[in-house]
Amino acid sequence: MKSAQPEEFRDEELLADVICRLIGDARHIAVGNASPIPATAALLARESGASKPYVSLLGSAHTFFTDGARELFDCAGQGRVDVFFLSGGQIDGEGNINLVNIGDYEKPKVRFPGSFGSAYLYYVVPRVILFRVEHSRRTLVPKVDFISAPGGSPGNVDRPGGPIALITNRCLFDFDRARRRFRLVSVHPGHSVEEIIEHTGFAFDKPAQVPLTPAPSADTLRLMRGVVAPMLAEVYPEFARRVFGYVGTRRGDRDAAS
Amino acid sequence: MARITRSLEEAIAPIGDGCMLAVPRETSGVAMAATRALVRRGIKRLHLVALPTSTLQADLLIGAGCIGTLETSAVSLGEFGPAPRFTAAILDGAIRMRDATCPALHAQFQAAEKGVPFMPLRGLIGSDLLTQRTDWKVVDNPFGDNDPIVLLPALKPDVALFHAPLADRDGNVYIGKERELVTMAHAAQRTIVTVEEVHDTNLLRDPLFVAGTLPGFYVEAVAVERCGAWPLPLPDRYGIDAAHIAEYARLAATPEGFAQYLDRYVYEKRAA
Repeated sequence: MKSAQPEEFRDEELLADVICRLIGDARHIAVGNASPIPATAALLARESGASKPYVSLLGSAHTFFTDGARELFDCAGQGRVDVFFLSGGQIDGEGNINLVNIGDYEKPKVRFPGSFGSAYLYYVVPRVILFRVEHSRRTLVPKVDFISAPGGSPGNVDRPGGPIALITNRCLFDFDRARRRFRLVSVHPGHSVEEIIEHTGFAFDKPAQVPLTPAPSADTLRLMRGVVAPMLAEVYPEFARRVFGYVGTRRGDRDAAS
Repeated sequence: MARITRSLEEAIAPIGDGCMLAVPRETSGVAMAATRALVRRGIKRLHLVALPTSTLQADLLIGAGCIGTLETSAVSLGEFGPAPRFTAAILDGAIRMRDATCPALHAQFQAAEKGVPFMPLRGLIGSDLLTQRTDWKVVDNPFGDNDPIVLLPALKPDVALFHAPLADRDGNVYIGKERELVTMAHAAQRTIVTVEEVHDTNLLRDPLFVAGTLPGFYVEAVAVERCGAWPLPLPDRYGIDAAHIAEYARLAATPEGFAQYLDRYVYEKRAA
């Protein structure tokens, strides 16, 4: 994976590479709407790994579903979705996520769109990766104001799934489900442990020496830019253009022509 | 049984003030032309159930003062950002919100479809959604041992409203793979559909269409409305009008801008 000459890369490429390595072996990776970086990572996992997982990009033509909007959830309930991505307006140190509001539910100060499928998928998908680019005390809080979905559950609650990690623009945490606590795994290039502590609203574990998040290898960057970018452009043309400089046939144009 | 109406207004006449109206998500065929017609008519106090989420449709109806209660899992403008009128209405306490999660709504429609009073669903325990939704109950799995599980009541809307590519003269409607539209129609008392065009032969007799067809038996009225989902997409027909949604997001950021949007695109009927 190591390249002889370190190459220039963008933050999005680093994050996608980190997520791709977290995905590991999988049979089916599902990615929610408006999630271009996780989508990049999922496609990269498919193109680079041995397991060749199915990748479902929700809200696009890139799914195999034929049973309507409910099939994703039924599929996950059957144990047929291995990896999913969730985020939150707030995420706390116990892995609780809030997609509803800041303040009191009856009189909120800020309203987010809503919980989407989180109050189900967080429980049933074995490997949920939390992804929140903005790493600040505003987003990573001591305690969320509304629990859309909890990070853990009592032992008698049927729960095969839950969080495995949290990735931000500054670092990677993994999650200890038994202790319901994050642990700092690595700090992205250009960031520091002190900075992570300063901008994180919750307590977390960390090793004595925190490694640097490895840069994407030259092979990985080639694969992302050459193979993944054109696929991604079918769903996220603007992102593919901005990050990878890829300008190709837009799906909308094709639709309009047909 | 289903009939092809002479006008859109005639088809949507059964949708009255206070109606519980079920509508689909953005990518499944949203009846936007019909939604604009409801706004023009000045409909009030709708209980809108968006299965399982909504975008422009809910935001437009909220901004125009048509909604009393909103029941859904999320409202946003997707990649165009937050839904401004939804957000403002929640902060002002102008609508009653019943927050849900996507598979819960699917399960509630499926309960109604099967004619049973409730459906169980995993997850949810420990979520504040369960605290807010006093109509959702935790029971011990009668087939298990100390296994709590959530029961969700059947949801029976007065009317289901959506847009589809085709209907035939018997009111059979081609919905393709958007199967939740069938569930919506099964669950609702009445179903009203707008379509792009009328198909000349019977869809139920065509093996290529039949598996993706909602029988006219479940359909009250069909109106033909070209580009009836515009500016939202219709599967396999047309994509989203991104420039228009961006314009909406910009205008709807303020009440004055939203009023301009209504004047420009809703009260002035758009030439197709």
